[in-house]
Amino acid sequence: MLARIYALVIKEFLALLKDRATRVVLVGPPIIQLIVFGYAATFDLNHVPYVVYDEDGGGAARQLLAHFEGSPTFRIVGRVSREEQIAPLLDNQSALVALHIGPHFSRDLLLHRPASVQVLIDGRNSNTAALALNHVSAILAAFNLQWMKEHGWRAPPAQPELRAWYNPNLVSRWFIVPGIVALLTLVVTLLVTGLSVAREREMGTLDQLLVTPLRPLEILIGKALPGFLIGGLEAAVITLAVILWFRVPFKGSVAALALGVMLFLLAVIGIGLLISTLAATQQQGLLGVFLFLVPAVILSGFSTPVSNMPEAVQWLTRVNPMRYFLVIVRGVFLEGADMTTLWPQYWPLALLGAASLSAATWRFRKRL
Amino acid sequence: MAEAALALESCTKRFRRDGAPVHALDQVSATVRAGRITGLLGPDGAGKTTLMRLAGALLLPDSGRVTVLGLDTRSEGMAIQERIGYMPQRFGLYEELTVQENLDLYAALQGLSPAEKKTRQQELLALTALGPFGNRRAGQLSGGMKQKLGLACALLRSPSLLLLDEPTVGVDPISRRELWHIIQSRRNAGVSVLISTAYLDEAERCEDILLLHEGRLLVQDTQASLQSTLSGRCYRVRREGTPRRRLRTELAARNGVLDATIQADGVRVLSDGGAPPALPAEQWDAVPPRFEDAFVNLLHGRAASLQRPEPPPPPRHDLTPAQDDLPVIEVRDLWRRFGSFEAVKGISFQVRAGQVFGLLGANGAGKTTTFNMLCGLLSPSAGTLRVAGQNLGHAAAAARARIGYVSQKFALYGNLSVLQNLDFFASVYGLGRQERARRRDWALAHFSLAPYARVNGQDLPLGFKQRLALACALLHQPLILFLDEPTSGVDPLARREFWSQINGLAESGVTILVTTHFMEEAEYCDELVLMSQGEILAQGSPQAIRSQAATRDLPNPTMEDAFITLVQAHEAGLRRAS
Amino acid sequence: MKHRRLRALIRKEFLQILRDPSAIAIAFVMPAFLLFLFGYGVSLDARHVPVAVVVEQPDRDTEAFAAGLAQSPYFEPQRFTDMTAASAALQQRQVEGILWLRQDFSRHLLRGETAPFSIIVNGVDANSARLLEGYLQGVWQNWLQQRARSSGVPFVVPAVSTERIWFNPALRSRNYLVPGLIAVIMTLIGALLTAMVVAREWERGTMEALMATPVTLTEILLGKLLPYFLMGMGGMALTVALALTLFAVPLVGSLWTLSLSSALFLLVALGMGLLISTLARNQFVAGQLAVIVTFLPAFMLSGFIFDIGSMPAPVQLVTHVVAARYFVSILQTVFLAGDLWPVLLVNSAALAFMATIFLGLTWRLSRKRLD
Repeated sequence: MLARIYALVIKEFLALLKDRATRVVLVGPPIIQLIVFGYAATFDLNHVPYVVYDEDGGGAARQLLAHFEGSPTFRIVGRVSREEQIAPLLDNQSALVALHIGPHFSRDLLLHRPASVQVLIDGRNSNTAALALNHVSAILAAFNLQWMKEHGWRAPPAQPELRAWYNPNLVSRWFIVPGIVALLTLVVTLLVTGLSVAREREMGTLDQLLVTPLRPLEILIGKALPGFLIGGLEAAVITLAVILWFRVPFKGSVAALALGVMLFLLAVIGIGLLISTLAATQQQGLLGVFLFLVPAVILSGFSTPVSNMPEAVQWLTRVNPMRYFLVIVRGVFLEGADMTTLWPQYWPLALLGAASLSAATWRFRKRL
Repeated sequence: MAEAALALESCTKRFRRDGAPVHALDQVSATVRAGRITGLLGPDGAGKTTLMRLAGALLLPDSGRVTVLGLDTRSEGMAIQERIGYMPQRFGLYEELTVQENLDLYAALQGLSPAEKKTRQQELLALTALGPFGNRRAGQLSGGMKQKLGLACALLRSPSLLLLDEPTVGVDPISRRELWHIIQSRRNAGVSVLISTAYLDEAERCEDILLLHEGRLLVQDTQASLQSTLSGRCYRVRREGTPRRRLRTELAARNGVLDATIQADGVRVLSDGGAPPALPAEQWDAVPPRFEDAFVNLLHGRAASLQRPEPPPPPRHDLTPAQDDLPVIEVRDLWRRFGSFEAVKGISFQVRAGQVFGLLGANGAGKTTTFNMLCGLLSPSAGTLRVAGQNLGHAAAAARARIGYVSQKFALYGNLSVLQNLDFFASVYGLGRQERARRRDWALAHFSLAPYARVNGQDLPLGFKQRLALACALLHQPLILFLDEPTSGVDPLARREFWSQINGLAESGVTILVTTHFMEEAEYCDELVLMSQGEILAQGSPQAIRSQAATRDLPNPTMEDAFITLVQAHEAGLRRAS
Repeated sequence: MKHRRLRALIRKEFLQILRDPSAIAIAFVMPAFLLFLFGYGVSLDARHVPVAVVVEQPDRDTEAFAAGLAQSPYFEPQRFTDMTAASAALQQRQVEGILWLRQDFSRHLLRGETAPFSIIVNGVDANSARLLEGYLQGVWQNWLQQRARSSGVPFVVPAVSTERIWFNPALRSRNYLVPGLIAVIMTLIGALLTAMVVAREWERGTMEALMATPVTLTEILLGKLLPYFLMGMGGMALTVALALTLFAVPLVGSLWTLSLSSALFLLVALGMGLLISTLARNQFVAGQLAVIVTFLPAFMLSGFIFDIGSMPAPVQLVTHVVAARYFVSILQTVFLAGDLWPVLLVNSAALAFMATIFLGLTWRLSRKRLD
């Protein structure tokens, strides 16, 4: 029996790796997505364009504006001299933020009176707007602290110290890049397994296999093992790239991650094989993979948090292996999570794996 | 010579495949004479479709010139397309559209006025007998009806030249006859016809022949002159007491014999032109030549051929062969339904050990369904079946080690090399390392696959794919061999070689079950069942079936005649019953 | 070009669409499915974020502070009395952040000194963490003002910002995500529709039969473009209707600018599909290509979710060839800001240019030939 499975696995590898299209699928998307996600997918703001309408022109105003000019988050794109000039700049998106300093700004501050700065912001992209507003507040707070100290104002009754655990500078790349390990492992494993049975069905070789002394279970194991090995290899290579190229800290244990990868692979392979046994042609297989993949990625917490989703949708994410694995990857990378902390993620994965693999086996036997 | 409807002047057409240029046509010069039916023949991959497309101005030659009805395809493609009718290989029908809608579409595309359209459509519906099916979707038509509809669409605007690319592939004999009837009627109305086909018996209906081989034009001649060169070289040979199969094998190996095929109750022999190499006990009767003889004569020695096959080793000893008198395969009252459709309707038959048993019928007759149930790939809806005493669907996996299987599409791993395919199947059948190497060497030698050992399955010529598929199925020396349409798409020479392999296996005691839609291949079987629409129409030896269909008008029917007669009788019976 | 032939081709295409559900599925079911999925699945608005409030010594001041948290819809505060338990909760992801008022908080306040307190967030998801930090600081600022009023001790902050958020005052992320999604989805749908149906004609051999008739290339291309243009507009209308009703996105601009720019964009998307299908004549390959070259770039590089201005310069350059980028910009503007002509004209010009390129290339590359 082992000899037969060995022959099946060798055959599967040869068939996969000798096919140019498959090689491209195994190498191309990982590289492209690593680059795209690594560099393009960031929520960190840089060079936010802003305009200044300074009616005051006094020293205090200049000091405030110097704070903005010194920030890498903001980039000045112009100064205007009339209020009507602001609207077109915001309208056509040449500026995201407009700072309007009133005519009595410096005078008020010197008289120990609060002075207001009007911040106009383009809210079309609400996330960018909210983050930009946070940055504006932070700069204002820094200016205020300095002004109070220099001009003998009474200190505020309470002052927060801000700390972010695990990611002190709040680099969003640290969040997104480890997620790629999960994403690419999912995509590659699904493509390898999701089309495999359907491809043989289409070529007619499945019938050929079924009339040999091979048992259906042996055929399925022969299909699952290559997916497992390729998926595992892919996960390892991308993990290394994330650590060495993107310099994301790796705090946890390799064993905790490896266990997570294995359980995740089992669940994904089960789903892939299930799709494959249901599909009559490769085209249907591809459609099935697509129909599973897109929701699985969107509803995993990869780009936006699961906790922001409506209750019913959150409930749905419980059958998504990607959701659990993302927590494992990010936990191991950034938080240094160990196996005990990750137990709540391990067992649902194991359960999903067991369920999908048995369903695939059952479907496969029934199809005969 | 009459005006040429189509003229090719040293046309060359290359395609790139995997970066390397492939000559689809190489310096071909040919003419199609106006007002006649010209047959375009050649094995798969000879360049027939490319030539058809050049004629339809759908491709331009890389060099050379194509003139259609006096117009150059390079500059006047549109004018040509207004005057030709073209039917591509898959009929070019929109499956979601009804018969009427397809006709309307092509009428509009060919610029018929509404008045013209009406009269032409009525004429064509009458000619094709599709009138009652106007509202049926093309996708739900049978193969034969699709083919007639495709032809009707091509004929809408009374073309001057009709181009038909393999119109009869996968179509049952009755529909083929009807199609030829329509083609003849068009020819009589003055239309020039160019038809490509892989069926040699159809070539006989063509007045002129173009024969392509590997992109080159081998022959351009009239039917009559082709056959006249062969007169006096064709014989029917009989020898009392020798089974036809053994006699064929013997004759094929004899010097002076170019070709030997089983036909009716004897062996048809094509001699090399010398005195007939007859032995005393044999009876040699001269018969008129057929196109197939001309074809073999022309291609003889060109196609890579096998060495005279040595008999393959017998089935393994550890698998006890069934006793001769007990049936190896037994089918009783077998049914298979797919939803409300009954694919197999209660058939019964038996196959004895060492027999070549044929399942014959047109596409959709239920052959493949029956075949899949026998192999255990499909479970029957009702009835019993036993293969070597067991139902393969339920039996232990080990029982399947006794059978070999060659599927319709020669299912091999396309991107594995010949060696890798052989190794894989040997391992799957549980052969040990030494045994594996021994059997692999045997397969490479026996099927002349050695030069291709490192070539990927998908890059093999079709004939070699077929050999490899057969080799893979024989690695474990099975007791029973299942072959599903093993010769479809393969050229006649490769088919002959294939059958001599099969005959050799049968001689050594292997039981063989084979499906085919080539009626003439029935002659290679010891016994056969003729299927139509899920039922068995006739059962018995080829001679017995032919004699069933013999009438006073047709005392010596061919298997195809017999098939048509039996189907028509059966359908008439059904009509009476309802 | 003959009208009768073109009419026949269009009629044929519609009959096929009506009888083969796959085109309808692509044009109507898929966009609705994707819009549902993304509309509900992708949200950047945190609500009911679990936050630990550690009050080491509760009294009136700390309670007033903590009350500010409880009133906010953003938080779901959980009380802790010591930091160890709260840290454990943060580690186990039971809370996303901690507000830590130490035991000397009130003492500092009484003495009139600045009382330090800590805001700790789980920084793993940096974006959410940053937003959470902002919300928590907002609570602090409210508290400052409230305290100044109630204690009678006026506290003056030097520079105070008054914020005016244009176009989306409540900063509802759905308001910008849903219009962006429409652009992403329609890129995919437009390309898939034409890519698959043209490839199907090649595969089934009907293209060969068509080409052997006296139809011109323009007729064949128009015969494909027009029906699927109408289908695409239908899908577009459906998604817009869903956006307005189900996701309650306001439409500030006019319907006709929306329709006009959508029409322009569909030409680009369909043109892309036609180009793909002239290059790949197999449904399987065409479908894969359409997904790869349209969906991922539209999702990642259109500015629909990730801010283009914050990307590295080379990546920003690449975004200029992504048609969805222009349409995202148009849609977000028309939906939220209104018919702002400077934005609409620039982006429409870019779309018109791309449509010309794609359709022109298709026309150039596909001759009425089979090779």
